[in-house]
Amino acid sequence: MASALSSFRRDTDPPVASNRKTLLRFITCGSVDDGKSSLIGRVLFESGSVPEDQLATLEADSKKFGTQGAALDYALLVDGLSAEREQGITIDVAYRYFATPKRSFIVADTPGHEQYTRNMATGASTADLAIILVDARKGILPQTRRHSLIVSMVGVKTVIVAVNKMDLVDYSPFVFHAIERAYHDIAKALNIPHVTVIPVSAVAGDNIAAPSTHTPWYHGPSLIDVLETVEVESVTSNAGFALPVQWVNRPDSSFRGYAGLIASGRIAPGDAITVVPSGRSAVIKRIVTYEGDLDHAEAGQSVTLTLDREIDISRGDVISSSRQPITAAKALSARVLWMSAEPLDAQKSYLAKLATTTVSAFVKAPETLLDIETYQEKHVETVGINSIFTTLVTFDRLIAVSPYGDNRDLGSFILIDRLSNEVVALGLVVTVDELARGLPVEAPPVKRLVFSHDPLRRSLLKTASFAITTLLLAALLFAVGPALLAGSVFALAEIVLFFAHERVWATTRAGLPIEKEFISSGEGI
Amino acid sequence: MSLSHLERLEAESIHILREVLAECDKPVMLYSIGKDSAVMLHLAQKAFFPGKLPFPLLHVDTTWKFREMIAFRDETAKRLGAELLVHTNQDGVAQGITPFGAGSRTYTDIMKTEGLKQALDHYGFDAAFGGARRDEEKSRAKERVFSFRTAEHRWDPKNQRPEPWKLYNTRKKPGESIRVFPLSNWTEMDVWTYIAEQNIPVVPLYFAKPRPVVKRSGAWIMVDDTRLPLEPGEVPQLKTVRFRTLGCYPLTGAVESEADTLDDILSEMRESRSSERQGRLIDHDGAASMEKKKQEGYF
Ligand SMILES: Nc1nc2c(ncn2[C@@H]2O[C@H](COP(=O)(O)OP(=O)(O)OP(=O)(O)O)[C@@H](O)[C@H]2O)c(=O)[nH]1
Ligand SMILES: [Mg+2]
Repeated sequence: MASALSSFRRDTDPPVASNRKTLLRFITCGSVDDGKSSLIGRVLFESGSVPEDQLATLEADSKKFGTQGAALDYALLVDGLSAEREQGITIDVAYRYFATPKRSFIVADTPGHEQYTRNMATGASTADLAIILVDARKGILPQTRRHSLIVSMVGVKTVIVAVNKMDLVDYSPFVFHAIERAYHDIAKALNIPHVTVIPVSAVAGDNIAAPSTHTPWYHGPSLIDVLETVEVESVTSNAGFALPVQWVNRPDSSFRGYAGLIASGRIAPGDAITVVPSGRSAVIKRIVTYEGDLDHAEAGQSVTLTLDREIDISRGDVISSSRQPITAAKALSARVLWMSAEPLDAQKSYLAKLATTTVSAFVKAPETLLDIETYQEKHVETVGINSIFTTLVTFDRLIAVSPYGDNRDLGSFILIDRLSNEVVALGLVVTVDELARGLPVEAPPVKRLVFSHDPLRRSLLKTASFAITTLLLAALLFAVGPALLAGSVFALAEIVLFFAHERVWATTRAGLPIEKEFISSGEGI
Repeated sequence: MSLSHLERLEAESIHILREVLAECDKPVMLYSIGKDSAVMLHLAQKAFFPGKLPFPLLHVDTTWKFREMIAFRDETAKRLGAELLVHTNQDGVAQGITPFGAGSRTYTDIMKTEGLKQALDHYGFDAAFGGARRDEEKSRAKERVFSFRTAEHRWDPKNQRPEPWKLYNTRKKPGESIRVFPLSNWTEMDVWTYIAEQNIPVVPLYFAKPRPVVKRSGAWIMVDDTRLPLEPGEVPQLKTVRFRTLGCYPLTGAVESEADTLDDILSEMRESRSSERQGRLIDHDGAASMEKKKQEGYF
């Protein structure tokens, strides 16, 4: 431990450099009791981030609640709720902050309990990297697989597998290598590109800040080495400019600005923009900030834009580059993590919040769920808590969306229950183009008769048929009775005949150009 | 070019401030006069520029704040042209609640927590910004950016709403309210670095100066006015001290320090081995005391 401490300095460089330091956000996850909180407590301790008064508190707390006998229980540095300390488990995410000479870190220590998967997902959604813990004695557990799936789903590309509690398996290389191999299969199935597997002990401090003498057979980096040096891929590098409008800033009649955080791309005054979903266009006039106007702005900045003309824009609209406008859709296919104990109801109208828009949404009941044992689709009846599936989500109006892989801010959403206000699910947009599988997106076209009259052809046909019927009637009457009587009966009979003839013609379309007289009408019926 | 750590934090805080303004009916900013409030207020000016602050500032005055804090508060409101609401729990004053003697155990509950609840209920605010940071304390580390309170202002730490990405669910039932913490992800170091970088005015008490103090339970307590009861034989002495955190003067410990510039403060902090809240006497009464206070409605 002493060697580990000396090799690991505190953040003591001058402030100018610390401003420009990069930030790494990471999480710890894995199954219950694998040692996530202990590991983070240990990392905080070794990086000198635990002030003396908190260390004194930790000593007292370890005696009271600790699970390590007389020794320090580092998990108590992070498990900050009284219910957590009493039960020795993590319930909700703890966010902790520390810095080394090379980087600033935000770590989210997430709970292992299945019941609190939604809290783990909350932590994972903003992470650049995940440390997945595996208890060396237990190997890979269902929750290891579930958390790996969620991590890969939200787009984390770099994973450190910390095989923990090596002290309890006599630092056995066989145990370690077996877990390492098993995890590589998971990484392959989930397409996680960067995986580093490290044997550690959160309690004894092995391979956390420095290589451990207990594992001479391990030649890889220590945990903090990887955290300090790993390159993190940026996600939205080639997406076009998009700014979901959060709020329209109108302090007086002379100023109208559109405020928001740039989701992707870059913008400069003079750039042509298109508002989605309205499709209206304009040109950027100014990028307004408190420090003065900017000559350009990029993804991640909170700015206020003004345009060269007055167009109707409100919260929820997306200002996007005219060259690469964001798509508008009313339906999309999404990967969903169900987080409510209340099962999915396909008949129910939920609220979906995506970027700055909130709309009504229906979620189609999926036929299959992802099975966490095999990562294959499995047939199901109901969707319950922690189910992960891909399905169709339809909205009551067009909104600007992107696939999550292209644009995180425009490709992620939450579903809210209207009555309880509970967040029941989180979703990631898979595709916006391949719509409507199984559900009509637009109302089907309806045909409506607008105009019809007898054309000449039909009049001629009618005349011919009437002439023939009249002649036949006359021939019949004159053949059976005296001419005078036949004449007067004929005059009466002809009126009846005319009516009957007309009704017979009314039942037929013969000679009518009916198809051409219909129009097609979609919207508005 | 990618954004620096502080630029990312700033953009995130501004996003949070705007989200509340867009989705809540009647927001207010809790202004506690300290460095975190100063940064939060500065970020709000940025978020709504060129407009003015679109909500009032609320200060819950226990009547025991440092005099320099009150002067700074009024000056700041005037400088920014902001609407300032000041609320004091008059029932507490009438009952003679003070931070000393028999009343001290209930002092925070009555003057701070109750005072705050009275003010929020009185004005009917449905969202209140606070400058708390997650790095301050272990139960804060567990709190969401948008933290829900029941109509009775209670926090349920075991049942917080998921808050993935930047998606905040602001829906609430009548009577419920939200406490919003735009500085959740800032550290004490980030706050001071930002104050230095942006030239944000702060209360002079943060800078070292000879001040009259007495030693109480291991902490230097400043004799800010004649109301501080001196124990027999206790004589105030002049010591060069400063404060890392500001609250009610009889409960806030000063540190011996020569740091009288922002640069000095920053380098002192890099050397420091103790936490910011060590000087706060109220945090220490009972384990998990902050969590309990928060459950009861404290910020
Ligand atoms: N011997 C040994 N025990 C460990 C190690 N790491 C953790 N433990 C113990 O394992 C138990 C669980 O540790 P935690 O850190 O609370 O586990 P966790 O993964 O955070 O648990 P949840 O958050 O509730 O899922 C505690 O008793 C720890 O002291 C280790 O490396 N070696
Ligand atoms: Mg834990």
